[in-house]
Amino acid sequence: MITLTGVTKTFGKNRVLRGVDLTIPSGQSMVIIGGSGTGKSVLLKCILGLVHHDTGTITLDGQDVTKADRDTFLARFGMLFQGGALFDSLRVWENVAFRLMRGPAKRPKQEAREIAIEKLRRVGLKPETADLFPAELSGGMQKRVGLARAIAAEPEIIFFDEPTTGLDPIMAGVINDLIREIVTEMGATAMTITHDMTSVRAIADRVAMLHDGVIQWTGPIADLDTTPDPYVQQFIHGRANGPIAAVR
Amino acid sequence: MTALTAPLAALGRPVLAALAAIGRVAFFAATVIGHIFRPPFYPREFLQALMQIGWFSLPVVGLTAVFTGGALALQIYSGGARFNAEAVVPSIVAIGMVRELGPVLGGLMVAARVASSIAAEIGTMKVTEQIDALVTLSTNPIKYLAVPRVLAATLAVPVLVAVGDAIGIAGGWLVGVNRLGFNSTTYLQNTVDFLETWDVVSGLWKGAAFGFIVALMGCYHGMNSGRGAQGVGAATKSAVVGASVLILAANYILTELFFSA
Repeated sequence: MITLTGVTKTFGKNRVLRGVDLTIPSGQSMVIIGGSGTGKSVLLKCILGLVHHDTGTITLDGQDVTKADRDTFLARFGMLFQGGALFDSLRVWENVAFRLMRGPAKRPKQEAREIAIEKLRRVGLKPETADLFPAELSGGMQKRVGLARAIAAEPEIIFFDEPTTGLDPIMAGVINDLIREIVTEMGATAMTITHDMTSVRAIADRVAMLHDGVIQWTGPIADLDTTPDPYVQQFIHGRANGPIAAVR
Repeated sequence: MTALTAPLAALGRPVLAALAAIGRVAFFAATVIGHIFRPPFYPREFLQALMQIGWFSLPVVGLTAVFTGGALALQIYSGGARFNAEAVVPSIVAIGMVRELGPVLGGLMVAARVASSIAAEIGTMKVTEQIDALVTLSTNPIKYLAVPRVLAATLAVPVLVAVGDAIGIAGGWLVGVNRLGFNSTTYLQNTVDFLETWDVVSGLWKGAAFGFIVALMGCYHGMNSGRGAQGVGAATKSAVVGASVLILAANYILTELFFSA
């Protein structure tokens, strides 16, 4: 279980996170929604330690993440980045097997390659793609390779940062279904950041809305449409009028 | 009071910013050096960097050296003619190349070619979140990206300097024999007679220092690149300018250390 208590983060004069309180139960898929520039990605990066939060605490299974052994902590995570973040200089299979070829989970090269090809197959990519370079792939294929890399070492917790941004609706649907299937199949805890409501409905067990640096609302996906919270209602219906300023 | 202190504050701000930048670069350098001797090691990345920095820089360093050696021979000949010292051309070309021009021009050419490419590559990795991805994959970006490049440049640039020295001397010989009427055997004999081991070795030490500076500046500015194409462009420019200025400053300091009486 991941617990955030009073987490704040400021960049210069911009107070991005103003006291985030959130619990992500083990084995559940939590989706964070919110407008662009509201600090969703910063929140995710604070949990991973890619950005250091100013105040507040973040715990993983009760242990403060800032005091945990870094390698052991990160070994529990997989992450799909918004743009894929594939390493240009490495072939597709080397990207997927990156963690399997280094560190404590290191496997022989051939075994790592076989696992990578299996994970590529799991996300709907043919074995022939394994020897291509990321620049030779379409955006949708890069996202799938990123997904394969995120699940390659079978992590307990998977983060997805805007998994469907920049994809056509059909490819976005494919990615959403894959994420749901993989999370259910692996029993992993998932945290997804998105403002794509189709993704939210496809992926989420629980939803939290981040606005103005705090969690404005959180609840099960079944309550999303019926909650009277004006922020949530404005956001999910895409209304220009409401408590959230259209121009920020 | 404000009117009195404003000029001081205006002067102090850039000084403080410059000191802070020096501190950050020094801290980065210390971190890189600290990681060189601690596992994990990345031999594949090191060998790739060695090829990129060493082998692929040979043509540009060689061309720079051959033209510099030739021009140096012409200059010394015409200057030496004023006091009947044309005969010193071979020895001055050799000493000038191995002590100064070989390492400095080689270092500057490598700075232009390598510091820019390292900064652009790592800067692009930063803005496309590839460096964040490395961290989430339990890989230290300094160890994986900076250490192999810094180590490779520190080892490769002295070799480039040695090759550049030889080509530069050959350039001087070509001009000396074909253009200035020197006897080939005499020219080469004078070169060998007047050149001391320390002349060559000091230039190689300079090359190692310049290689370290080039890769360090490329990695530092790449990893601290701003957002977007503009940020990567600015990082690339800063890497080349920073490396070039530091090479020239380091050259003076090393020359003082090596040759001051």
